[in-house]
Amino acid sequence: MKKILILFSHPKFESSRANAVLVDHIKGIEGVTFHDLYERYPDFHIDVPVEKALLDQHDVIIWHHPLYWYSCPPLMKQWMDMVLEFNWAYGPKGTALDSKICFNAITAGGSRDLYCSAGTNTFSVNEFLRPFEQTANLCGMTYLPPFAVMGTHQLTNDELIQHAHQYGALINLLQQDESVGDFKDCAFLNDILQLNTD
Amino acid sequence: MTGSILFQAIVFLAGAIICVSVAKRLGLSSVLGYLLAGVLIGPYVLGYIGEDGQDILHFAEFGVVVMLFLIGLEIEPKNFWKMRKTILGMGGIQVAGTMLLSYVLFMFLGFEWKVSLVISMAVALSSTAIALQTIKEKGLMDTTFGSSSFSILLFQDIIVILMLGAIPLLSNSEGGTTGENHGEHANLLDTLPLGFQTLAIILSVVLIIVAGKYLIVPMLRKVANTGVRELLIASALLIVFGISYLMEYVGLSPALGAFLGGVVLSNSEFKHELESTLEPFKNLLLGLFFMAVGASINFVVIAKSPLTIGGILFAIIVLKAIVLFITGHIFKLKLDQKLLLTFSLAQIGEFAFVLLSFAFNLNILNSGQMDMMLVITALTMTLTPIIGMVNERLILPKIGTKESIKRPMDHIAKSQKIILVGFGHFGNTVGRFLRSHGVEATILDQDSNRVDFLRKMGFEVYYGDATRLDLLEAAGIAEAKILICAVDNPDVTRRITKLVKSKYPHVELMIRAKNRYDAYGLLNLGMENIYRESLETSLTLAKDVLSKMGFRKYTLNRQVHKFIQYDEGILRRLAKEPKDEKNYIFKARQELEQQEKYLNEDFKRGIVEYDQHWDSEAIRKTLLKTEDNT
Repeated sequence: MKKILILFSHPKFESSRANAVLVDHIKGIEGVTFHDLYERYPDFHIDVPVEKALLDQHDVIIWHHPLYWYSCPPLMKQWMDMVLEFNWAYGPKGTALDSKICFNAITAGGSRDLYCSAGTNTFSVNEFLRPFEQTANLCGMTYLPPFAVMGTHQLTNDELIQHAHQYGALINLLQQDESVGDFKDCAFLNDILQLNTD
Repeated sequence: MTGSILFQAIVFLAGAIICVSVAKRLGLSSVLGYLLAGVLIGPYVLGYIGEDGQDILHFAEFGVVVMLFLIGLEIEPKNFWKMRKTILGMGGIQVAGTMLLSYVLFMFLGFEWKVSLVISMAVALSSTAIALQTIKEKGLMDTTFGSSSFSILLFQDIIVILMLGAIPLLSNSEGGTTGENHGEHANLLDTLPLGFQTLAIILSVVLIIVAGKYLIVPMLRKVANTGVRELLIASALLIVFGISYLMEYVGLSPALGAFLGGVVLSNSEFKHELESTLEPFKNLLLGLFFMAVGASINFVVIAKSPLTIGGILFAIIVLKAIVLFITGHIFKLKLDQKLLLTFSLAQIGEFAFVLLSFAFNLNILNSGQMDMMLVITALTMTLTPIIGMVNERLILPKIGTKESIKRPMDHIAKSQKIILVGFGHFGNTVGRFLRSHGVEATILDQDSNRVDFLRKMGFEVYYGDATRLDLLEAAGIAEAKILICAVDNPDVTRRITKLVKSKYPHVELMIRAKNRYDAYGLLNLGMENIYRESLETSLTLAKDVLSKMGFRKYTLNRQVHKFIQYDEGILRRLAKEPKDEKNYIFKARQELEQQEKYLNEDFKRGIVEYDQHWDSEAIRKTLLKTEDNT
């Protein structure tokens, strides 16, 4: 069974409706480490050795965060800057993350249809996540499309819970490691068949 | 005219005050002012000081003794070791070169070889008093010129021991008895055969070192523990007097003994305290010394043979200057530094008086030679500051040196001096953190036991009461960039910061305050960087409590910062309020009421909700509203 690390970063988790539900569902699943960055490093002093050890112990890395101004919260970026060191994560000797699986799990206020050339946000979510995709590539990881809960402002509680179930199901799938290859073909992990069969 | 001691004191003090302030007004060094004051009140101009000028000179030599003690204090043996190459190299070249040239000169002039040798010894020495005083006044101690001068002077101060030891060997009267030119009093050395003389010298040096470690330092600790300030002053003087007496008794130079004593004590925690205590005495006595030198210039001797004296005077200054210039050249000093060195050390020093009268007492010199050399010495002392001034005003600007007097890059750490007052729990943490960044603060502390303990832990801590300006000055407040006041007692803090702010406004003050009321008082004194010791710690505690209750840490961090800002705002607003005590109490109460109101307001809104960053609730509501409307 694959081990999963959720790097969660939310500067104000206590007032996030969507993430409260999502996190509630996946926290405590066996083999899943939920790592709350803003709670662990409120001063932004990231303990790099600890973070590296965590990465070493896991096979799937999830960058779980709200999409703010089309990117991640600052501590998440700080984490990348500090932890993904040269000749560890990348570079000629940087093989620590080789062939791990990696993707973004995001929440966004705007709905999916706003994220296209005709929408107010002009670009697709996948395009906004290019820096993460390339980071994963450079570190030799397999980058999957994002799991995205979109239009959170308009979602009802029931709808949110449904998304949370999907998130949980996705994590189960990844733990079993059946068909990660297929996952790469869709735009969002939310859309893969296995999560929408029932 | 020269009646009572009181009258003499008035003459000297008035002369000093007038001439030195005039000299300073004209931008000249104080040394020159004192020398001219001496000439003025001396027997040949105003005549206030008669033949007793010589006696005063002897008394004032004590100023030189105190100065050497202070120089010794500044030289910690490890620094001494670091400087050994420049001290031996530059000093050796300068002394040997000057002695050789002047020996040749005086032989050429037809003097006996022994006389020539003694005179050449005297000529080789420069005046530590004049040169160091001038260098310090101009703040040039940190330049290569400053440290070169210091090294050379130090070498001379040491070599005098050998010279004083060698002169009796040249004595014309056999058996070491005092001759017709009897000294003031017979000393121990004269009564001993030659071999024992050396032994006595070594013994007394050892005695000073041992006494310094095992007698003086423990005594100072006892005295310090009594907490009576004047006892420390008395002890400082006692040390210097004691050493001088011992050295004179043995027949060595008291100045050298004092220097040695200073070196022995330079490693003790009382270094700064002794420095600041003796500094005023030194300055006054040196002033007296310079005046006595001025007064002792025998214009009758000059009038008898002005050409000979003028010629020799000129030759000596030129000869010393040449040797100094070459020395500077060998040690690769820049041109301007070489010129400064050349002119600042071109005089014959105060040790010449000692050497010459010693040789005179031993019948090596006759009174004519003695008088001539004393006059020449005094004249060189008077002339070189003038030449130095000419050099600075007329020559140096022409070779474009102002730029190169500026300190090179590697002096930055030194030029950014930090003084840390109070090394208790608070100051200790500050000091340790600074030190971990390679910033060594000059630390002052009042508690001699703690000072002792901390020194054992390897810190550089000095003992002293920082409410005294002279102590702060000894610690280098004039060159300091920042003074950190980490003192526990708010009254002491107020005294120190007030003092520094008025006397040295360029020094940035970083001040520990006990609490809000203490901070209020400091703000009213015009202080800016105030650190309330309880503020952040209590908020950190409160933050951790809330965190344990489930509040998010990052949010709490931001709230703490906001709270501090808010609290500082109230503090500063209050500080600006008028002096009326009643009004203040009223305002303070009003502010407290206001704070209560704010807190209630925060409570109603919910402190966390008050800040809307990363909070989509408002957006959500707006969106839902517009949806409902459509």
